Amino acid sequence: MAQVHLRDVVKKYGAIQVVHGIDLEIQDNEFVVLVGPSGCGKSTTLRMIAGLEDISGGEITIGDRVVNDLPPRHRNISMVFQNYALYPHMTVRENLGFSLKIAKRPQDEIDRAVDEAAGILSLAEYLDRKPGELSGGQRQRVAMGRAIVRHPEVFLFDEPLSNLDAKLRTQMRTEIKKLHQKVKSTIVYVTHDQVEAMTLADRIVIMRDGHIEQVGTPLDVFESPANTFVATFIGSPPMNLLRGRITGDTISLTDGPLISLPPQFASNVADGQDVILGFRADNLMPVGHAMPMEGAYAEFKMTVNLSEPLGTETLLFGALAGKEVQAKMLNPRPLQNGEQLQFQLDLTRCHLFDAQTEQSLR
Amino acid sequence: MNENLQHRIRKYLLKALHFVALFIAMAIICVPGLWVVLNSFRPTVEIMAKPPVWIPNELNLDNYRAMFGAVGEGGVPVLQYFTNSLIVSVTSTLIAILVGMAGGYAFARYSFKGKAGIFIGLMLTRAVPGVSLSLPLFIVMAKTGLIDTHLGLILVYVALNVPFTIWLIDGFFRQVPIDLAEAAEIDGCTRWQAFWKVEFPVARAGVASAGIFAFLTSWNEYALASQLTRSTFSKTMPVGLRDFTSEFTINWGGMCALAVLMIIPALILTFIVQKHLIAGLTFGGVKG
Ligand SMILES: Nc1ncnc2c1ncn2[C@@H]1O[C@H](COP(=O)(O)OP(=O)(O)O)[C@@H](O)[C@H]1O
Ligand SMILES: [Mg+2]
Repeated sequence: MAQVHLRDVVKKYGAIQVVHGIDLEIQDNEFVVLVGPSGCGKSTTLRMIAGLEDISGGEITIGDRVVNDLPPRHRNISMVFQNYALYPHMTVRENLGFSLKIAKRPQDEIDRAVDEAAGILSLAEYLDRKPGELSGGQRQRVAMGRAIVRHPEVFLFDEPLSNLDAKLRTQMRTEIKKLHQKVKSTIVYVTHDQVEAMTLADRIVIMRDGHIEQVGTPLDVFESPANTFVATFIGSPPMNLLRGRITGDTISLTDGPLISLPPQFASNVADGQDVILGFRADNLMPVGHAMPMEGAYAEFKMTVNLSEPLGTETLLFGALAGKEVQAKMLNPRPLQNGEQLQFQLDLTRCHLFDAQTEQSLR
Repeated sequence: MNENLQHRIRKYLLKALHFVALFIAMAIICVPGLWVVLNSFRPTVEIMAKPPVWIPNELNLDNYRAMFGAVGEGGVPVLQYFTNSLIVSVTSTLIAILVGMAGGYAFARYSFKGKAGIFIGLMLTRAVPGVSLSLPLFIVMAKTGLIDTHLGLILVYVALNVPFTIWLIDGFFRQVPIDLAEAAEIDGCTRWQAFWKVEFPVARAGVASAGIFAFLTSWNEYALASQLTRSTFSKTMPVGLRDFTSEFTINWGGMCALAVLMIIPALILTFIVQKHLIAGLTFGGVKG
């Protein structure tokens, strides 16, 4: 059993604090992804779990043990590094078996474990090569193989796919997901790529500037973002955000049309409150080019300045309330730039955030 | 077609020129050494001949025979000198390498107060011409009774070599990604094991080159050794060369023979270590 618990974990480099009291409970066998923009403290958090960085405050437990002061080798974890960190002077076989050799396991057990890992990751034919003779994707697999031979309680991944080209990245992403199903283990995975986070995670932890902004399943954070940061970080294209003010049962968008207040927020707002209205491109479509909307919707005209055909749908760039807004069109038809269309906005799928705190008014 | 031919000819000409230039450079570097080897097999008449005799008429081992012969007849305690050289060079090299590894690793991996200052200080000691140290060193050694001992020379050579070995090894450890040691720690190593099993093997090219450098410096050093040694008990081979000079004559053949004996171990060592020097440093360890 290997839950990982972080309680009020703090990291300071001298006077600079980079992780501000993180609380996180990771369940046994759970695949948790830490995601956030570069420099937000993801790696630092992961390295504190690994024991590669001292923690400046708080408590980390793995399983039932507090590991604050344990060196990495006593934490029963494996880590896959962004740069792979393969031992260049050893063959793939030696790289894979290194941890077991250090643990002074008998040679036949090492051989068996190495062969098993090589089988899982299709590395069998490269076992006698040195890392320098492998392609990027193969090195990546060796790095993962080195992590799995020991059957650790917790796997830590630090942006393991960021050095691969786009195609290989998608492929390895699937392999990592399969790997998790095969070797049941707790995984903490760091990435700055929200697509990776959405596709891999059981639960996503969204971080910014050393704080956790939201924790939830991929669907949770996509459908009910806790604040505007999460709303724009998760999902592509990012959520449209427009400022406005509550007037009665409408939102008067700044320099824009009046839109009726989404019913689900009616009891959470006060008259005159400054708010930010959020909606995704999928919920703003031209009339006649969308599934018929059930429930509440708003309708208004918008000029389309640019369109990007994506195949089954087309992404539209229009201007609303003085800001660029993205919409989608199903059953696409050719459009003139600057053409004005009648749009429908699905109010039931809209989000409302407080203009000051930028927190959801859910 | 014509243009192609022209280009091809130019390419061959350039290549030929390259070889000629390389040959001349190598000749300039190698001829003195080869001349020494050649002369060690020739009688003095031929060595001293003017104009020089390039193609030897007669080659023999007389110089070597005489050198290993009785002291009165041009003999020199070669074995004793060789042993002295070996003891002094090997010991001082080992110490310089150990200190260099500890120091180089510390400079490469840790940040501490006064790091830059200490580093510059170390380098500055190399700026002092070695010979200018001979008098102060002589006085210190005389006061401590280390004149004419192996230990005295070893200490001096360690001091000479350590700044260089630290600098060189520091450079090599800098190129070893910290990730490697961290990966080793995750794989179950202690800090100490991570160093010996991963970081050291990866940087061994640097340690080997520092070792060769330190060894050759001590092996060939003459100026200080000639001051600090007196008797066959501690004289090293370079100092031993002077045994072939007497008041009015110089036994060039004998000197060349001893010089050849000096060159051989250095060559062998370089040859052995060379494969470590060529071995790629960190290639392939990180990134794709
Ligand atoms: N050794 C260090 N000394 C000082 N600051 C550091 C150190 N390592 C990381 N930081 C800072 O900590 C913050 C978080 O870094 P990191 O965890 O690597 O971010 P990321 O989310 O991109 O992985 C960054 O602002 C970085 O500059
Ligand atoms: Mg990072």
